Amino acid sequence: MNQEPFLTAQNVSHLFGEQQKVLANLSFGLPAGGFTALVGPSGVGKSTLVRLLAGLLRPSSGQIQYANNQPPSIGLMFQKDNLMPWRTAYENVRLPLEIQGVAEGVADTAVRQMLDLVGLNDFAQSYPAQLSGGMAQRVALARALVHRPSLLLLDEPFGALDALTRERMGQELLRIWAALPVTVFMVTHSIQEAVLLADEVMVMGGQPATIVARIQIALPRPRRIEMIGSKQFQECAGAVRLAIEEKVIG
Amino acid sequence: MTWLRRQPAWVTVSLSFGLLLLVWQLVVLVGAYDAFILPGPLDVVRQFGVVLVDGRLLRHSLITLSEVIPGLLIGAGISLPLGYLLAKSPLAERLISPYLIASQAIPVIAIAPLLTIWISSTFWARVLVAVLVVFFPVLINIIAGLRSVPQELYELMQSLHATRWQIFRKLEWPAALPIVLAGLKLGATLSVIGALVGEFVQPRTEGLGYLLITARYQFKTDLVFVVLFTLAGMALALYGLVTLAENRLLRWQKNQ
Repeated sequence: MNQEPFLTAQNVSHLFGEQQKVLANLSFGLPAGGFTALVGPSGVGKSTLVRLLAGLLRPSSGQIQYANNQPPSIGLMFQKDNLMPWRTAYENVRLPLEIQGVAEGVADTAVRQMLDLVGLNDFAQSYPAQLSGGMAQRVALARALVHRPSLLLLDEPFGALDALTRERMGQELLRIWAALPVTVFMVTHSIQEAVLLADEVMVMGGQPATIVARIQIALPRPRRIEMIGSKQFQECAGAVRLAIEEKVIG
Repeated sequence: MTWLRRQPAWVTVSLSFGLLLLVWQLVVLVGAYDAFILPGPLDVVRQFGVVLVDGRLLRHSLITLSEVIPGLLIGAGISLPLGYLLAKSPLAERLISPYLIASQAIPVIAIAPLLTIWISSTFWARVLVAVLVVFFPVLINIIAGLRSVPQELYELMQSLHATRWQIFRKLEWPAALPIVLAGLKLGATLSVIGALVGEFVQPRTEGLGYLLITARYQFKTDLVFVVLFTLAGMALALYGLVTLAENRLLRWQKNQ
């Protein structure tokens, strides 16, 4: 893994309105091509951080810098699939390429590759209402990646899925991440999911919120669901849990 | 009942309409009303044949329709940009919406005579009344439609650096379309009422409104009925056209 940080946040603070400070002096780096997970209680400001990294919000103070000094191309995915109900799966995935004005033939190839990668080629012509929750999230993932972004921001992407689908989607995400050169930043509520997927788990807490702990996950890759039973996994998960209990709740 | 439920729409509509005519004819027979008070369906059909053959019905209908359609198009055409502005700009909404709402408290029949004083063209005065009637419900639906767009989809578009036009074209317009079309259906039926009100206050020698007024003065109640049915038919046809457009534009909804 490349140790050169892809993104560096320096003393980033954010206010809602004039008074209410949500985030205070966050400083961290995301390694290029790495997978970083962020855990923390609801309403702590995790989604605000995602929006700051996506460039949808400007930090009230501090800086977010990128490796080559220009804002990266971004793939964004939320808890809700946010697919456009009037577009087929194929057309939903094509949306970013349409916006970027990519030629039709090139776009077609890219969309088919992405649908193939998420295993939904057979459902290209289905409308979102015809897809299951897990399938819809896969389409959303394909849409987030079709324009080959350098930064993939996931805001509790599998939070609305049932436990089994969620595990499968995690594995799917790892497989896709391994196939593409993309830096991943994922917000999740699940300690287990964070530990199983990420290189590093950041714990956020406090009012205003700060990064209270950063835990390296040294589990070998490829990660498999069976690893959850391993001693090493339990130690990592325990460390994250301890950080939350001591520094966020306690 | 189960049999009835299994029939296609045209059968049930024909049945209910037939039943209505039957009851109507019975009321006329039992009450022994004079034709100028309540004509029977047969009288109305006969009169319908008369005005159809002598060309009067078609002529007046076309004139009314020529007011209804521009009224609908202009009314909807003004609502669209104004609705966009009101949905997007809180300042514009604060400035304009009190007047819009107040204007709806005044019945159009009360404003219409003023319009005929200010506008010398009979045609445009009538069109304008139709515009006024159509405008508000379509506007409200456009605003509701634009406001129904999920915030996260805006964020998605912004993260892709979509232009304002792309956001409108690829997100706001298709997302708002179902609600806008529902407003347009309402507007289609209201535009007929609007044109008729315009004709009532400006009854020159043309239009279904004129035909209605003269028929009433001459106690040709059967002709009044003919005009009423024609107006209803016109509203239904316009409604049907919007529904057809809806079926084409919102084909994706069929798959839900």
